[in-house]
Amino acid sequence: MLKEKDKIFKNLYGFEDWKLEGAKKRGIWSNTKELIKMGSDKIVEEIKNSQLRGRGGAGFPAGLKWSFMPKDSGKDHYLVVNADESEPGTCKDREIMRNDPHLLLEGCLVAAFAMHAHTCYIYIRGEYYSESSNLQKAIDEAYENNLIGKNACGTGWDFDIYLHRGAGAYICGEETALLESLEGKKGQPRLKPPFPAGAGLYGCPTTVTNVETVAVSPTILRRGSKWFADLGSANNTGTKIFSISGHVNNPCNVEEEMGIPLKELIEKHAGGVIGGWENLLAVIPGGASVPLLPKSICDTVKMDFDSLKEVQSGLGTAAVIVMNKSTDIVEAIARLSHFYKHESCGQCTPCREGTGWMYRMMEKMVHGNVEHQDIDKILDVTKQIEGHTICALGDAAAWPIQGLFRHFRPEIEKRIQERNRRVA
Amino acid sequence: MHHPGTNNKVYKKINDNFEWSSENFKKISEIIKKYPSNRIQSAVIPLLDLAQRQNNGWLSKNSMEKVAETLSMSYIRVLEVATFYSMFNLEPIGKNFVQICRTTPCWLRGSDKLSKVAQEVCETNIGETSDDEIFTVVEVECLGACCNAPMVQINDDYYEDLDEESFKKILQDLKDNKSIKVGSQIGRKSSQPERKFDA
Repeated sequence: MLKEKDKIFKNLYGFEDWKLEGAKKRGIWSNTKELIKMGSDKIVEEIKNSQLRGRGGAGFPAGLKWSFMPKDSGKDHYLVVNADESEPGTCKDREIMRNDPHLLLEGCLVAAFAMHAHTCYIYIRGEYYSESSNLQKAIDEAYENNLIGKNACGTGWDFDIYLHRGAGAYICGEETALLESLEGKKGQPRLKPPFPAGAGLYGCPTTVTNVETVAVSPTILRRGSKWFADLGSANNTGTKIFSISGHVNNPCNVEEEMGIPLKELIEKHAGGVIGGWENLLAVIPGGASVPLLPKSICDTVKMDFDSLKEVQSGLGTAAVIVMNKSTDIVEAIARLSHFYKHESCGQCTPCREGTGWMYRMMEKMVHGNVEHQDIDKILDVTKQIEGHTICALGDAAAWPIQGLFRHFRPEIEKRIQERNRRVA
Repeated sequence: MHHPGTNNKVYKKINDNFEWSSENFKKISEIIKKYPSNRIQSAVIPLLDLAQRQNNGWLSKNSMEKVAETLSMSYIRVLEVATFYSMFNLEPIGKNFVQICRTTPCWLRGSDKLSKVAQEVCETNIGETSDDEIFTVVEVECLGACCNAPMVQINDDYYEDLDEESFKKILQDLKDNKSIKVGSQIGRKSSQPERKFDA
């Protein structure tokens, strides 16, 4: 279990003051100038050594991503913070932004300096109204105290942060869709390449990165990459905020060490599964997009990128959705299919048509109102969507269904038989 | 499922006129400063949001034309954005816009019961506005407060850790024009794990 002294998010629940005064007491903005003096190469090197992996879902090595930014492109560089938190089950960035916004802002300065950017846009989802007003107040405070703006923190680096509210589109969490949206267009993902580090916002070098990734970086620099790398295991280092929701006694956000066993996470922090561990049916371990895991795997699996990949799932955003035996598992996944149908941007045919078809099929499956061969048909369709679209929303819509049939196929077959019996 | 924000038709209203209020006019110049001077189209979402707030929670044709004019954009580009994003309502809504989260994490904790309560208390169907125009009730996809499920957004605020009883009370109080408590309804701070609190 993570020791109190190793926690990065000291005000996750908002018991203390979130404003500048409180933030300073927690050590934020204390020696930012010294961190900047390390120089951009050293900062990127430290982040690389810490083996920090992006916290937005894909788990791409953060230091490597930062190093893709060109050194002298002659254009403006941009840091864009992805605060469009919409993955079902995930509510961690919200807590950072409303309860410890200065942690994020300091991270923005450090990260932007490392990638030679003078401007940062924070793209927050539109529904987070009170979160955005806290964040805006924090930005105003930082300007008033010369922590950002001209000659930020006395480093000689000019740095502006602007808050941009979205308007309710899950797809804008995809980095290129987010950039399109920020440019004032429909949020439809762009083809890659060119990657944002080459041509991103307004055609300039841009890095899009998750709130949590940015927020942890100053602490890594302060305490050293070795401290961070010693937490968790190799390639899955550091701490992570887990959002535990669904059928647990105490749903909560909690910061824990990477690689904590799923069972320990649920029992220690979330008060256990409702009805006890034996009453567990399945867990979606990383937000709606990743395949679910049945109880037999949940008994032993560890919560990190590689362990979850081994069991054909993923850590994603570390949003743990717990379902006990009272759950209609088919309906639970059908609801996710409805979500993807609703959120498909409509650009690529396999996703636009496929998400709707899959949802209608899943709705029938709930009542067993299909033929046995339809199971193979829907699996075939998921394979045709997966990997054949511009962005990963198609994959994300396909995976939960694949996971359902991988582990709960007999359940649906039983429903089909029961229905056939009723009709006959 | 009907939702004023996912409707793609422009609502026709006669004698509709839209001019920026002087207060919003000032705000616009602040917003536009955030973006490079040759990229002010970036401000289209913030401006549509302002227009919607000024226009009782929905966007009329005239208000969208005003946004287009302000940002020197063609109307079709603005309409494209307004129809794409679900937070822009293209038809009038009631005084209280009740959005019930229906996605799996909230559903696991009883969001469908909340939908029933809302239909009873507000005397309307999902996706519709009550006759007295006090409520518009819709079901929406994940609002990103899953550790405080089930939850509902009413206008700008989140109401969390709900059950049938507390939700019924909130709606009744809104009906009676009483003030209501925002956030967790069981007195918990953010998404803290403990369920026992000091009152």
